[in-house]
Amino acid sequence: MNSYLLETFKAKFPDDVLDTHAFRGDETVLLKKEALLKAAAFLKDELGFDFLMDLTAADYLPREPRFELVCHFYSSKNNYRLRLKCPVAENDARVDSLTPLWAGANWFEREAYDMYGIKFEGHPDLRRILMYDGFEGHPLRKDYPLKKRQPRIPHRE
Amino acid sequence: MDKKNAETPKNWNLETLEDGRMVLNMGPSHPAMHGIVRVLLTVQGERVHDADVEIGYLHRGFEKTCENVTYNQCVPYTDRLNYVSPFINNVGYALAVEKLMGIEAPVRAQYIRVIMSELSRLTDHLTCIGANAMELAAFTVYFYLINAREELYRLTDAVAGGRVTPAYTRVGGLTRDLPPDFKEMTAEVFKKVRKNLSDADKLLTRNRIFYDRLHNIGNISKEDAIAFSFTGPALRSTGVPLDVRKATPYLVYDRFDFDIPVGSNGDNYDRYLVRMEEMKQSMRIVEQALAQLPDGPINHPDFNVSLPSKEEVAGNIEALMAHFKLTFEGVKPPKGEVYQAVEGGNGELGFYIVSDGTGSPWRMRVRPPCFALTGGLSKMIKGGYIADIVSTFGQINMIGGELER
Repeated sequence: MNSYLLETFKAKFPDDVLDTHAFRGDETVLLKKEALLKAAAFLKDELGFDFLMDLTAADYLPREPRFELVCHFYSSKNNYRLRLKCPVAENDARVDSLTPLWAGANWFEREAYDMYGIKFEGHPDLRRILMYDGFEGHPLRKDYPLKKRQPRIPHRE
Repeated sequence: MDKKNAETPKNWNLETLEDGRMVLNMGPSHPAMHGIVRVLLTVQGERVHDADVEIGYLHRGFEKTCENVTYNQCVPYTDRLNYVSPFINNVGYALAVEKLMGIEAPVRAQYIRVIMSELSRLTDHLTCIGANAMELAAFTVYFYLINAREELYRLTDAVAGGRVTPAYTRVGGLTRDLPPDFKEMTAEVFKKVRKNLSDADKLLTRNRIFYDRLHNIGNISKEDAIAFSFTGPALRSTGVPLDVRKATPYLVYDRFDFDIPVGSNGDNYDRYLVRMEEMKQSMRIVEQALAQLPDGPINHPDFNVSLPSKEEVAGNIEALMAHFKLTFEGVKPPKGEVYQAVEGGNGELGFYIVSDGTGSPWRMRVRPPCFALTGGLSKMIKGGYIADIVSTFGQINMIGGELER
């Protein structure tokens, strides 16, 4: 039932692919986070996935590993989409940045950092993007209360 | 002058740097920064040397909110993403949930969704070009185009009962059918829109001042645009003919004959021309859709997806129970995750939804098209004049609601 693309991926990274599945036609590869950068480079250079359409994360509290990094790739040449996911543990919330491959990953990664606290190694300018300096916590984490109040921040010069 | 303030954007202050460059704040409250965006500039004379775009002033926590309400309760929130093309958000969201559930809306509903999406694309592009022209001092054009938009808003108001916040779709269908005289109303409105568009076209396209303010300003190459995940008119202006409606047709877009206009330079003028042509194509699609529009139901027949009619609720115990369950618990898609993309006014609008089998999404992510575009803004304005930021920013068509969610 698996497609050519998923099989190619499994054959190329036999030790790193944790799982592959296709739900409602969306093909997904679950990958060790250490292999993210080389897998993305393989997608871009050899399989023709030229667009990084989206990069985000999800919180699966209380499951371990808690977070998942979710990337959506699109190939304009073959008109094909692929989702790449990497489990990320809370005590080691670091992933390689995709900014060397796609300049557009910059803001997507800043948002994932802002919302989930996942650090992207090699990112040129990792700081909050939607929230402000001095915001406490990461709002899209499942243990961040819906109506939590933030402390007042001192007036800036 | 303080040495530590020299380079990093975080320490930028309103003062002159040692080599004569100056730090300048554009926004967050600036007449040309529609929405609220702050651009921190270092300028060398009139030239932009470096730029840092700061967003987040309009963040409302859309994604967090949606994780705590039922699927259908998310629909009004999606109106407020891109508030100049609300129907496209409604449709994109409904399609994502339907994909998650493995169902399809009835054919008539799909046609109506196409029609409303294209009307929204018209309002989106009219606002973009009108506001852009106004910021470049062509105020008359603004009134012409906003008049046309007003006509379209009246039309959408007659359909959905709301001008900018229609909340028109539901999972599996629509809130209500088109009014009986919709075809005539549309023909009437399109006549006025075409008149206004042709007036604007005559005033702008070959206007020396307008041309000079847009041509070869805000250039971006094909490769850079792809690297920055650009989609929509901004990508097509560079010559990449990518449009979700053609590439992966959703709804019934494969039944219509329409063209995808592309530019060649990747500058603001090309983006303007692409938008002008897209509006004509949108009207073409609406007219074809109205000609083909089939009769039939507008909601999915399953009680577990769409609310049963009032008569059935009052007369049938199954329908009554389904009504109660749907209202209080909402539709329950199976466990899984989907990504559904539609072509928004500014490019690919994607919804990534993770379901855990309950009545509210576990994770709801919106891929806003202008997030990527605004991310590439600093690249596009570097090296240009300060005054040109206005035209580039206008053609990016940044919409705060979807940018910051």
